[in-house]
Amino acid sequence: MTELSKSGAAVGEPTASSPASTSFLEVRDLKVHFPTDDGLVKSVDGLSFQLERGKTLGIVGESGSGKSVTSLGIMGLHTAGQYGKRKAQISGEIWLDGTELLTADPDHVRKLRGREMAMIFQDPLSALHPYYTIGAQIVEAYRTHHDVDKKTARRRAIEMLDRVGIPQPDKRVDAYPHEFSGGMRQRAMIAMSLVNNPELLIADEPTTALDVTVQAQILDLIRDLQKEFGSAVIIITHDLGVVAELADDILVMYGGRCVERGPAEKVFYEPRHPYTWGLLGSMPRLDRDQQERLIPVKGSPPSLINVPSGCAFNPRCPYADLPKDNVTRTVRPDLTEIGDRHWAACHLTPEQRERIWTEEIAPKL
Amino acid sequence: MLAYLIRRLFAAAVMLAVIILVVFSIFFLVPKWAGVDIATSFVGKQADPAAVNAVREKLGLSDPIYSQVWEFFKGIFAGRTYAAGGDVTRCAAPCFGYSFRSEQAVWPVLTDRFPVTLALALGAAVLWLVFGVAAGVLSALKRGSLWDRSAMVVALGGVSLPIYFTGLLSLAIFSYGLKWIDAQYVPIGDSFTGWLGGMILPWITLAFLYAAMYARITRATMLEILGEDYIRTARAKGLREQTVIGKHAMRSTMTPILTMLGMDLGALIGGAILTETTFSLPGLGQKVLDSIKTQDLPFILGVTLITSVAVLIANLVVDILYAVIDPRVRLA
Repeated sequence: MTELSKSGAAVGEPTASSPASTSFLEVRDLKVHFPTDDGLVKSVDGLSFQLERGKTLGIVGESGSGKSVTSLGIMGLHTAGQYGKRKAQISGEIWLDGTELLTADPDHVRKLRGREMAMIFQDPLSALHPYYTIGAQIVEAYRTHHDVDKKTARRRAIEMLDRVGIPQPDKRVDAYPHEFSGGMRQRAMIAMSLVNNPELLIADEPTTALDVTVQAQILDLIRDLQKEFGSAVIIITHDLGVVAELADDILVMYGGRCVERGPAEKVFYEPRHPYTWGLLGSMPRLDRDQQERLIPVKGSPPSLINVPSGCAFNPRCPYADLPKDNVTRTVRPDLTEIGDRHWAACHLTPEQRERIWTEEIAPKL
Repeated sequence: MLAYLIRRLFAAAVMLAVIILVVFSIFFLVPKWAGVDIATSFVGKQADPAAVNAVREKLGLSDPIYSQVWEFFKGIFAGRTYAAGGDVTRCAAPCFGYSFRSEQAVWPVLTDRFPVTLALALGAAVLWLVFGVAAGVLSALKRGSLWDRSAMVVALGGVSLPIYFTGLLSLAIFSYGLKWIDAQYVPIGDSFTGWLGGMILPWITLAFLYAAMYARITRATMLEILGEDYIRTARAKGLREQTVIGKHAMRSTMTPILTMLGMDLGALIGGAILTETTFSLPGLGQKVLDSIKTQDLPFILGVTLITSVAVLIANLVVDILYAVIDPRVRLA
């Protein structure tokens, strides 16, 4: 835990006016809405966070909480090549190393993609082109941003494959994705995303499609490579165990918004939002009696078209009736600082949350 | 890759033998079922029975069936000899026999007509590939736009309108109305420009139908491919949009187009009956129509076999190209 407590990723509220960000990555009040026939889908509805080089941010939440939409938004992939579809409506600010991406020239953002910011996707089999060799795809990623000949790029690809732990990289470089195992494919995907030494690496559920035994290897690899390259990393996952391993800070998303964020050990050991409690309660743990059942979060994720009024979590929250005047169903709670760099959006009083956590939740975990 | 190639070639050879057998069975069985005696039909209705018998003996029609199959098979690869008494005719390989109507040897007539059909099919294929695929890609990239909607309406027209309608319409407008083109077929050896003039309307007419089908398939495939994860990966790498579309998406879109192209080209090389008839092109399609009308079995057999072989070869080429494009196919 000593490593976590040295956390330097600042988590703070964005300022009202918009001066250029001094953080490496700063997202301010990001909103990503998709117009559909059924209405406006508010996938991300006001999200802010900051991240510094060398630090890891874990974004946690259920399916449909807006995690992936956020990452694709940072990469600018909601606007690139959306032929004839109704355009996503994106507002807010995304500052990467002093440049605001949403208002920047799209071709400039394209040049940043793959070089300054890179992404690892959930399913490496579908994310790699089936008709090109692993090597060709890495070479292409490198040569897009570096003016080098094919031989040099190929040497670089082999070097990267070696670096991510693929045996016989000089032979495997000519293999096709279908000739790799799942774990090897994800390693190749990581090699491809890191080939240009990006300063920001976004890993969108990088281990979800993999065997449990391979998951830990991939997470170790991401951690080692981060140390080596000094990149900022965003890990997106629904699995708290994954971020517990890696993240300096954790941001818990629900219904397109942040409900709790803070240093990883705070969110893990002193969580202050009922949804985070639910996530912790539903996580299987080996150090607990196996007779105890996991406690699922009741109900299902909210509709992003008709987000429940008040606190989006209120229909599923066991404590929704504690605050007075039905406030949980009428007023949307603001994200407020409840401790050192620890924020939560909840109508319960700090005392109520303290009591519920120590008396009801913590003993069962 | 080599193993795949050998397997495919072997399969093609087996298929060829099967095709020859099936084609022969048409020759042998159809007249039986239709109650027509081939020898009588050859000689004519008021024939002298001695002449009919002579023909029967010469064509080997009273031989046992396995020997007839063998003679037919052998004729194609080694040539055969027809003999009845002192009357001996040597038919060189590949021998498909002689017309029942004109006593012409079948094979020279077919080889004479084949280039016309081949030129028609290949020229049209180039046109429909270029315009059909381009229109399909554009439609996919501008989905829902005015261009997309109009292109798809035109394509629907192209698919639905029969060739003898669009063909006659183009003749009426460009040849008889505007008098831009003299739509007479001229052999390429006589006059190249005359040949071009004679081919241009058939090409366009035939290509219009196929371009319409290809545009629709291309559009649907491209839209599907654009939703693939690896296209998102390509963009995440920072590739230019023209590389994402032109390289990553197009390569995947090519597979179904290639499959269709193999089938269509193969079938057309065996004769584009409607187009050739509409424009009076002296190709295989026109000949097969004449032969069917006059029940000229040897010609029907010859054209059927050429068509089958063309489809076979086209599919073989497609299979090989398929393996070049999609590495996963090589394992299958």
